[in-house]
Amino acid sequence: MAALIRMIAQRLALGVLTLFIVSVVIFFATELLPGDLASTLLGQAATPETVAALRRQLGLDLPAPVRYWNWLTGALQGDFGVSLANRRPIADLIAARLGNTIFLALYAAALAVPLALILGILAALWRNSVFDRAANAGALTAISFPEFFVAYILVLWLAQSGYFPSMVRISPVSTFGEKLYMAFLPALTLTLVVTAHMMRMTRAAIINLMAQPYIEMARLKGMSPLRIVLRHALPNALAPIINVIAINLAYLITGVVVVEVVFVYPGLGQLMVDSVSKRDIAVVQAIALIFASAYVLLNLTADVLSTLTNPRLMSKG
Amino acid sequence: MTHDLRKGALTRRGVLQGATALGAAGLILPGSMRAARAEPQRGGTFRIGLGHGNTTDGYDPGLWDNLYAQVFAAARHNQLIEVDADGQLIGEIAESWESDDGKTWVFHIRQGVTFHSGKDVTVADVIASLNHHRGDDATSAIKQFFDPVVEIRADGQSVVVTLDAPNGDFPYLMSDYHLAIMPGSDGKIDPTSTDGCGPYIVESFEPGVQASLNRNPDYWKPGRAHFDRVEILAILDSAARLNALMTGQVELIDQIDPATIGMLEARNVARIISIPGNAHYVFPMDSRAAPFNDNNVRLALKYAIDREDMVEKILGGHGAVSNDNPIGPANRYFYADMEPKTFDPDRAKYYLRQAGMDSLTIPLHVADAAFSGAVDAGALFAETARQAGININLVREPNDGYWDNVWMQKPFVASYWGGRAVEDHMFTTGYAAGAAWNDSFWEHERFNELLVKARSEVDEDLRREMYQEMQRIVSFEGAVVIPMNNNYVMATALNIGTPDQISANWNLDGFRCVERWWMT
Repeated sequence: MAALIRMIAQRLALGVLTLFIVSVVIFFATELLPGDLASTLLGQAATPETVAALRRQLGLDLPAPVRYWNWLTGALQGDFGVSLANRRPIADLIAARLGNTIFLALYAAALAVPLALILGILAALWRNSVFDRAANAGALTAISFPEFFVAYILVLWLAQSGYFPSMVRISPVSTFGEKLYMAFLPALTLTLVVTAHMMRMTRAAIINLMAQPYIEMARLKGMSPLRIVLRHALPNALAPIINVIAINLAYLITGVVVVEVVFVYPGLGQLMVDSVSKRDIAVVQAIALIFASAYVLLNLTADVLSTLTNPRLMSKG
Repeated sequence: MTHDLRKGALTRRGVLQGATALGAAGLILPGSMRAARAEPQRGGTFRIGLGHGNTTDGYDPGLWDNLYAQVFAAARHNQLIEVDADGQLIGEIAESWESDDGKTWVFHIRQGVTFHSGKDVTVADVIASLNHHRGDDATSAIKQFFDPVVEIRADGQSVVVTLDAPNGDFPYLMSDYHLAIMPGSDGKIDPTSTDGCGPYIVESFEPGVQASLNRNPDYWKPGRAHFDRVEILAILDSAARLNALMTGQVELIDQIDPATIGMLEARNVARIISIPGNAHYVFPMDSRAAPFNDNNVRLALKYAIDREDMVEKILGGHGAVSNDNPIGPANRYFYADMEPKTFDPDRAKYYLRQAGMDSLTIPLHVADAAFSGAVDAGALFAETARQAGININLVREPNDGYWDNVWMQKPFVASYWGGRAVEDHMFTTGYAAGAAWNDSFWEHERFNELLVKARSEVDEDLRREMYQEMQRIVSFEGAVVIPMNNNYVMATALNIGTPDQISANWNLDGFRCVERWWMT
């Protein structure tokens, strides 16, 4: 157990370092973009005088390293500052949207993960059967269509006929049931997009193990195929499956801006895109850090879980 | 053509244009007539889905730059002066105004109007609201309006504005949507406050998502603000916007893609409103740089564009041909009888020869950020210009940063104008020598002389003559190709009532749909 704790501590320290590097890269990458917040905010209305005045007001006339340092010291004290564009506290701006994004990611994961595992196990069990082929073909088809296309098809079938709303309007007073109902179509879209990857990894990992001598031994003992898969193959196949699930969860948190746009879902992706196009670096930084943390934490969780599932790794320390 | 006749034409066109233009009058007319004739009644929630709105939108009046900010502002604020549906000025917070010499303007402030916070609207509040856009530290987009302002002072219940030169149209400038009247303290307004004296009170606002407002029970205007509640949603995806309207989740949407209008009409679930206004799409040239410093080259390009075809293909018929004229049919002194320019490759070749060239190759920088369909419009332009011996190389620029790195930076680009209620406003902003947005860097001695003279001319006929001469100069000697005026196209649910006439001044009934429309 001490080994495990040491590993977690080590990984967390490395994670913090990663986050720092990410923040430097993001800051200077946004610096490279042409134009700055003052001129993009004023848009067509930008004249040299108004841009200069706004730049002075926002502190954009300071050199880039100074601005980065100011931001970093603020962030370390838990103060992300205010949005340069509309002077609202960034924490407020992000909090509601982060909640929405996580809700949608968990909703989609709650549908997709059990579905992928069941389909993957059954497909491995009945390898090369009609079911296996159909499940594979269906999942691959769903993943091959662009997300917005899947989304529009669902809108056509399920929203225009009046079963589900085509637009998600979540407010702080919505009940959990209302939220589930309103966010069903985006969650279903994401489910269709991520299921294939997890299902195929489950199937491949189990099939890979089925050729092992100990499985043959179990079969010779006369065990039922389902029992062999669940008791003997699956536990050993968990490590790669957990890793794939972690990557897909990270994707659900960070990469769903297209689905957000189609269903008018107020998540972090849209906020990130708006902030980049307006060069609102303070907000971009904060969101980039959240996204990077999501990857770091999910990968860490995946590593810990796969270590736990493997007694050999546990005892070696 | 006289002013009054033209206005009549606009009145009739206003509501019905979309229906008749598409030849689907049978489907759309009954609904629109019924809606238009019903008496306004109180009640209901008006949900608006707009193709604008960013997470970066804020409350600072100087920075409002998109339709979302404009409609949201019109819902919670009043201005000094309102432009009514006929394009005439009517008093809002200024009850009336007058000037003896065009230099000193006195605005009499309406008494008994209160802000949402309960505070009375005073002369000091008005002065603070105007000063927010004035001075060296101002970051307002309309800072240049106040360049000629020498002094703003209080005089009893009036605000006195002194200019450095006479300007008969100054009250029109004061109707600009940026000039919201907000409560002041110590001579400054708080640009992070929602407080205003408009028809609706803000309940919640999430930038880039939604704003909810409730009716202001103390609103001073009789016969206005009929809805109990207004919700303004940002729906950037055009298919999502259409879906929201068709499934009854919103009552009004803007920016209908011309390709989908026919399908929407066939469903008979919505009313399409298409308003011809002064908005126009342009291709400005840098008149300082060769070859555009030669007016023959500019004329060659103006005859090498097929305007009719462009209105048909880019606007889907929801617009009108423009004769390189930034003044539109909704303006007072619009020069309707100016000799039109048709697509004429021979004439274009003739002007090219006059410039001493057989053929010409120029790049045209475009992005859909300039206007929706700009890239296609550029391709059409290139196609027709080729027949006149002009090779236009289309350079596709990114939308991101277009206004910083392309517009007014490259010699030949695409852009748009929202149109202005008065000639002087349009010319001063976009065509006067040295104006910040003179995007063709154009200087014309006679034009600039007329521009100053016309401002202080009191004789209506002389003034009309001057403005028409200026339109002629811009059209035939200017450096901006203006192929078309785009209509404002919007769609409402069938239960939304609108007045007989909808303003052509700006989109969505001059942004005032929230206080002028009702639920039937």
